[in-house]
Amino acid sequence: MYKFLLCWRYLRTRHIALASVISVTLGVATMIVVNAVMSGFVHEMQDRIHGILSDVVFESHSLDGFADPQWHMEQIERVAGEYIAGMTPTVHVPAMLNFPLPNGQFITKQVNLLGIEEATHAAVSDFSQYLQHPENRRELKFELRESGYDVFDHQGGEDALERVEMRYAGWQHRRAMAEMRAATGPVATQPGFVPPTDNSSFSPNTESDPFHDMPNSPAAEENVFDPARETHPGAILGIALGNYRDRDGQERFLILPGDDVTITYPTAGTPPRVQSFSFTVVDYYESKMSEYDAGFVFVPLKMLQRLRGMLIPGTDVGRVSAIQIKLKDEAHGDLVRDLLRQEFDPAVYQVSTWRDKQGTLLAAVHMETTILNILLFLIICVAGFGILAIFFMIVVEKTRDIGILKSLGAPGSGVMSIFLGYGLSLGCVGSGAGMLLGLLFVAYINEIADLIGVVTGREVFDPSIYYFQKIPTIVEAFTVGWIVTGAIAIAVAASILPARRAARLRPVEALRYE
Amino acid sequence: MNDEATLLQTPRRSGPAFVRHQAQSPTIDGTGHEPQNSTVLSARGLHKSYRKGTHTIPVLRGVDISLRHGEFLAIIGQSGSGKSTLLHLLATLDQPDEGEIHFDGHRIDNLPAAGRDTLRNRYFGMIFQFYHLLPELTTLENVLAPLMIEQSWWKYLWQRRTHEKAARELLELVGLEHRLRHRPRELSGGEMQRAAVARALITRPRVLFADEPTGNLDAATGAGILRLLRTLNRQHGVTIVMVTHDLAVAERADRVVRLVEGKMTSA
Repeated sequence: MYKFLLCWRYLRTRHIALASVISVTLGVATMIVVNAVMSGFVHEMQDRIHGILSDVVFESHSLDGFADPQWHMEQIERVAGEYIAGMTPTVHVPAMLNFPLPNGQFITKQVNLLGIEEATHAAVSDFSQYLQHPENRRELKFELRESGYDVFDHQGGEDALERVEMRYAGWQHRRAMAEMRAATGPVATQPGFVPPTDNSSFSPNTESDPFHDMPNSPAAEENVFDPARETHPGAILGIALGNYRDRDGQERFLILPGDDVTITYPTAGTPPRVQSFSFTVVDYYESKMSEYDAGFVFVPLKMLQRLRGMLIPGTDVGRVSAIQIKLKDEAHGDLVRDLLRQEFDPAVYQVSTWRDKQGTLLAAVHMETTILNILLFLIICVAGFGILAIFFMIVVEKTRDIGILKSLGAPGSGVMSIFLGYGLSLGCVGSGAGMLLGLLFVAYINEIADLIGVVTGREVFDPSIYYFQKIPTIVEAFTVGWIVTGAIAIAVAASILPARRAARLRPVEALRYE
Repeated sequence: MNDEATLLQTPRRSGPAFVRHQAQSPTIDGTGHEPQNSTVLSARGLHKSYRKGTHTIPVLRGVDISLRHGEFLAIIGQSGSGKSTLLHLLATLDQPDEGEIHFDGHRIDNLPAAGRDTLRNRYFGMIFQFYHLLPELTTLENVLAPLMIEQSWWKYLWQRRTHEKAARELLELVGLEHRLRHRPRELSGGEMQRAAVARALITRPRVLFADEPTGNLDAATGAGILRLLRTLNRQHGVTIVMVTHDLAVAERADRVVRLVEGKMTSA
């Protein structure tokens, strides 16, 4: 009883000891905030990565890919069909994107060109959810829409900024641009650039041209292309390829759905040759992963196969570079991957899960979290030493009281438990306050970031880097529990030595202490 | 503060706490079954020395002492004569280098720490020159502290009312009934020493050890404390060993022994 009573009285009267747990409080709060933000980021990133990558990717080592995807899909179905929900073939190839600005300059960017199947691609990933036209989100089509593109980011939440220019996107923009061009004459071009509105530059070797019947192939050269009424084949651009943020944080667009771009890509022959082709931007893709948003261009699979010469002449069967597999349950990823690896020659095919593909990125984030946690825990340990020092001080100060208690017959263990209990209650107070502080900080993290931004004049969280409007946070009860328990344990551990010292004081010596 | 009057008026035979202790320490009000002249505490050939660096400083050099039940014994000696050391040895706060101490016929100087803790808690009471109250606790809590130490917390809480009643009665006995909720720093020296006396008596000890109980008090207050001890001894049969350097103080006791250079001489 005296233990509780004295412990409680010490807690209430020794304010210096409360000062010593402030560092525990801050450490706990920081750890909770860091972990919440880190797991928020990881979660968001995994979501984004998984949004573009299917559960399992079955691909060729070569850019030229493998032939007959239908046969491969049947084989895959035979091996692991019970786990598979859907499959779609894709073609990936590095390419250059080139488009003019209104001032006559051209912009060239390096991109990953992806050929995807309109009908099946949406089934294997969240790809279509990241498009800007509601109709495309419902059913993907590589066609320019009249209008109706999102003006507000549909993933951005309530306070997403308006994308003013997106109001005009679509056919209306295309017609207006065509009228303007007709009025002012063709845009001035830099030497060596091909005007993107004209596919006449597309001149593959006519003798071996397997697609001479294409609408905008040289065979159709005599038909004059009217940009006010016709489009090139559709392409979907990663949104960061076409937009930027101005100084006010407003998103501005260099090109809009309805504008034309030229894509330069390698053919599938040996050696690969470089060819260019014009496409019309029909939508933007926004996964909020800047790496993807600034690097991907999607075009119809069949079109890309034709352009690259991946079709077997005279047939509709082409080569593809990968088959994206969607699983019924994502948990079976490793299992399916291993099944497929056994079945298909690893010299030709590479099978990986989406986690494998982004393994380095995820591992880096994981590593970062671990190191931060270790560092922060060291901070709490430092706080522990503070408690140790202050506790020694208190034991010295309380030497006489310890002597009194012992003269009244309190056993050493009782004296020890007073100080251990004191350490425990200080730890509880410190980490409890830290938990509250941390959770409050997490709850208001965006407001706090804004405030710090206003005070320091530097934006703490720049949405243009991450493409999230807000700092994502996830509070995991388990993590919070561990942090709090750990901090309490450190406070108790720090009080063990002083408590032992107190317990071992000989009563006569303690009483002589005046 | 009329402590003597209070003492005389206060009947101290009632209350469950007294009943509880009557069986094990019947000496408290002199109605026990123990014969008046039996020896409660005795020591033979006590040696104690302190080490200072390589030097050994002998403090006690073969002290023999015995204390009868119901006796008020004063040990007198100059500073450094070893009288406090002797008291600490008798109260098992320290252990002798040589010699034996017997309590109720049992040897106690070689008991393990837990046994000595129990002995101090239940059978001995201590009063010090500097009162040694716990500054964080109120007067009442200070008096209750030995019971809190003795009992587990649930047992203590279960019997709390009884204990508090006993403590109030004791504080009334020493004339502190108006200071129950005060902290020691709000009390005067005399009041603190009275509270210390009440604390020493709460467990109904067999022996009360007093180490210079008046050493830090002015003459009048010191005389009050001595009167209180005297009354406790006379009317309630408390066995008291008091250590002092003041002959005038020692004369209040039944018997005075003198400690000179670590050896006992009769006064």
